[in-house]
Amino acid sequence: MAGITWLQPAATTTSGRPVLLPGETESSIQPSVDLVNEDNPNSLPSLKSGNLILTSYRLIWLPNATPGGPPSSVALSAVTHIFESKKTIKGMLAIASPRVRFQVMESGGRSGAVVTLVFRGKRDVDVFVGKFWEAWRARAVPVVGVSGILRKEQEMWESTDKSLQDAFQDLNALMKPEDRVLHVESDAPNSISLNQKTGCFLLNLLPITPYPCNMSKAKEMVMLAEKMRQKLLSGSSSQADATNDEMGSKEEMQDWLLSVGIVSPVTKESAGALYHQELSRQLADFVKIPLERAGGIMNMIDIYCLFNRARGTELISPDDLLRACSLWEKFNVPVMLKKFESGVMVIQNKSHSDEEVFSRIKSLVQKPDALQSGVSATDAARTLGIAPAMAKEHLLAAESKGFLCRDVSPDGFRFYINIFEDIDPNDAYLVKEYGVYDAWIRSAIVSR
Amino acid sequence: MQTVGDHKLPHFYNYPPYFTLQPVRETREKQIQLWKELILDYCRTQKIFVIGLEQDFPLFTNPAIERSLNHEAREAFLSALVSDGRAEWMDKNRRQCLILWHRIKDWADLILNFVKENGLEDSVMTVDEIRTGIESRGTDIHGMDRTVLLRALKLLENKGKLAIFKGTSADDEGVKFSV
Repeated sequence: MAGITWLQPAATTTSGRPVLLPGETESSIQPSVDLVNEDNPNSLPSLKSGNLILTSYRLIWLPNATPGGPPSSVALSAVTHIFESKKTIKGMLAIASPRVRFQVMESGGRSGAVVTLVFRGKRDVDVFVGKFWEAWRARAVPVVGVSGILRKEQEMWESTDKSLQDAFQDLNALMKPEDRVLHVESDAPNSISLNQKTGCFLLNLLPITPYPCNMSKAKEMVMLAEKMRQKLLSGSSSQADATNDEMGSKEEMQDWLLSVGIVSPVTKESAGALYHQELSRQLADFVKIPLERAGGIMNMIDIYCLFNRARGTELISPDDLLRACSLWEKFNVPVMLKKFESGVMVIQNKSHSDEEVFSRIKSLVQKPDALQSGVSATDAARTLGIAPAMAKEHLLAAESKGFLCRDVSPDGFRFYINIFEDIDPNDAYLVKEYGVYDAWIRSAIVSR
Repeated sequence: MQTVGDHKLPHFYNYPPYFTLQPVRETREKQIQLWKELILDYCRTQKIFVIGLEQDFPLFTNPAIERSLNHEAREAFLSALVSDGRAEWMDKNRRQCLILWHRIKDWADLILNFVKENGLEDSVMTVDEIRTGIESRGTDIHGMDRTVLLRALKLLENKGKLAIFKGTSADDEGVKFSV
C-alpha cells in the first residue's frame, strides 16, 4: 500500500470482527466482495472475495478466508464521489457480479483513484448503494445500542431542561413583586395574599388557619433545581468534575453503561445473510470478559441475559444465540459451546478444558476431608471458582467416567472417589497397599 | 474391623456410596458384585436362607455411617443373585428371596457326602431327621432350610440316588437312600 493513504489497514478482534472507532456503527455487511482499482490493478494488494462492512465512518474490507488479503479500510471522508450505477432498468432485480464505483482522494488532495467494488454472484446491491450514499452524505451515527440510548437520553435531558427553565421562569415571575398579579384580599377564603414586608405568602384555605409559605424557601428550591439542571447538562457534555461527588457517580454510571454496552450490535438488517456469522464473532469477543470473571465457564442463560443487555434495543432470540455459538467451531475463537449429558449448555474458554477441570476435581476428592465425607456440588464450586450448577455437571461427568461414586442420603448428594475399582472381587478383605482404597481406609476409617 | 453379629465386614462397608445404587453401569456392576459376595458370605456364616425385602435385614443398614439400602437397591442386588442362580424369588411380588449360598446341586453333593460318611447308603430317614438329627451336626446340612433340602433331595431322586415317600405324619416325608 506504499504511497496510498486512502487505503488503511483495519484492526480486527481475535474472532475476526472489525475493531470499531468510538461511536462508529455498522450499517451493512456484504459477503464475497472484491475491492479493486480497475485503472491500475497493481496499485492495490489483492483484496478478493472478502466481507465488506459499511460503517458510519468507513468501508472495511475483511478477508473471509486465509490468505485473502490484508484487512483494509477506506474512510468515507476520503470518498469524493460515488458514481451512479450503470444499471438503470427498474424491476431488474439481480444482475451478475454488480459493480459499484467510487472516487477517493489522497489526503492533501494531490491525487485520486477510482475504486471498484465487485459483488460476486447474482445479486441486488441497490440497498447497499442506498446505505452507502446515506452514510457518505450524512456520516450520522444511527441510533442503536447503548450509545444510541445515551444519545436519546441526552436529547431528552435537553428538552426536559427547556421545560424546567420555562417553569422556573414562571416562578421567578411570581417572586418579582412588580410583575405579580394576585388577589390581595387578605382575609378572603381560598385566596393567596402576600405580606410585602416579610416576603411571606398566606394561603387562606378555609376552614384551615392561614399557612405561611416562606418566600426565601421558594427561592432556595429554585436555586437547587437550577444547580441540578446545570450539573446534568455539564455532566452530559463535558468531563466529570473530579471534586464533585455527585458528578463522579454519574460519570461512573455512564462509564459502566458504556463498558457493558455494544456500540454497534450486529443486526439482521445490517448483516443480512452474514447475520449469524457476524453475530457469532461479536459474541465471541463479548463473552471474553464475563467468562474470565466467572472462572472460565458460564451458563447459556447468563450469557443470553448479559449479551442482550449489552445490545440494548437490538435484542436477539435464544435461537439466534444458539446458532451463533454453534458457528464457533468454524472460526478460530478462544471460546466454545459445551453441551452436558443432562442437556445443560454452557460457554467456556477453550483453556478451561474438561481435562483441566477433571484433574482439579481429582485432586479435590483425594484430600483427607473429601475422602472422609465426600464433596458436594457446593464444595466443588468453591474450589473450581464456578457456579454450583456447573460444578455439579462436572462432577456428574467425572462420575460417568467411573472416577466418582455418588452417595445419596438425607444429608444430600455427595461424591466420593471410586474405590470399587481398587477392590479385589475375589477377596473383599484384601487391601492393596498405596491404592485409592488404602488411602480411603486410612483417612475414612482411622478418623472414625 | 466392623462386624454384624459375629460376621466380619470388609472396610468398604463403611464407604457411603456402597449404600447408594450407582447409576454408572461399570461402577454399578462392581458394586453389585461386592454386594452379592457379601450377602452370600453373610448368609453362609449366619445360616440365613430367606431375606424379606420389607423386613429389617442387618446387612442392609449400617448405623455407623447412618446409611441404609433403599428398596430399589435391595431388589437390584438380590435380582443379581437370582440371575446367577444363587437366589430365587419366593413370590411374584418379590417380597421374599431364597438365598442359595450353596447351589441346589452343591447341596445334593453335600447330602451324598453326608450319607456316605455316616454309612447311610441303604437307610431310611425322615426329611426332618436329616436337617435336625445328630448325624448332620457340624455340617452345613444341619439346620438347613426345608424347602432347599427338599429341592436337593428331588434332584437326587431324579438321579436315582434315593426315593421320597409319604411318611406317617402328613407334614413329614421319608427318604430311602440307594447310593
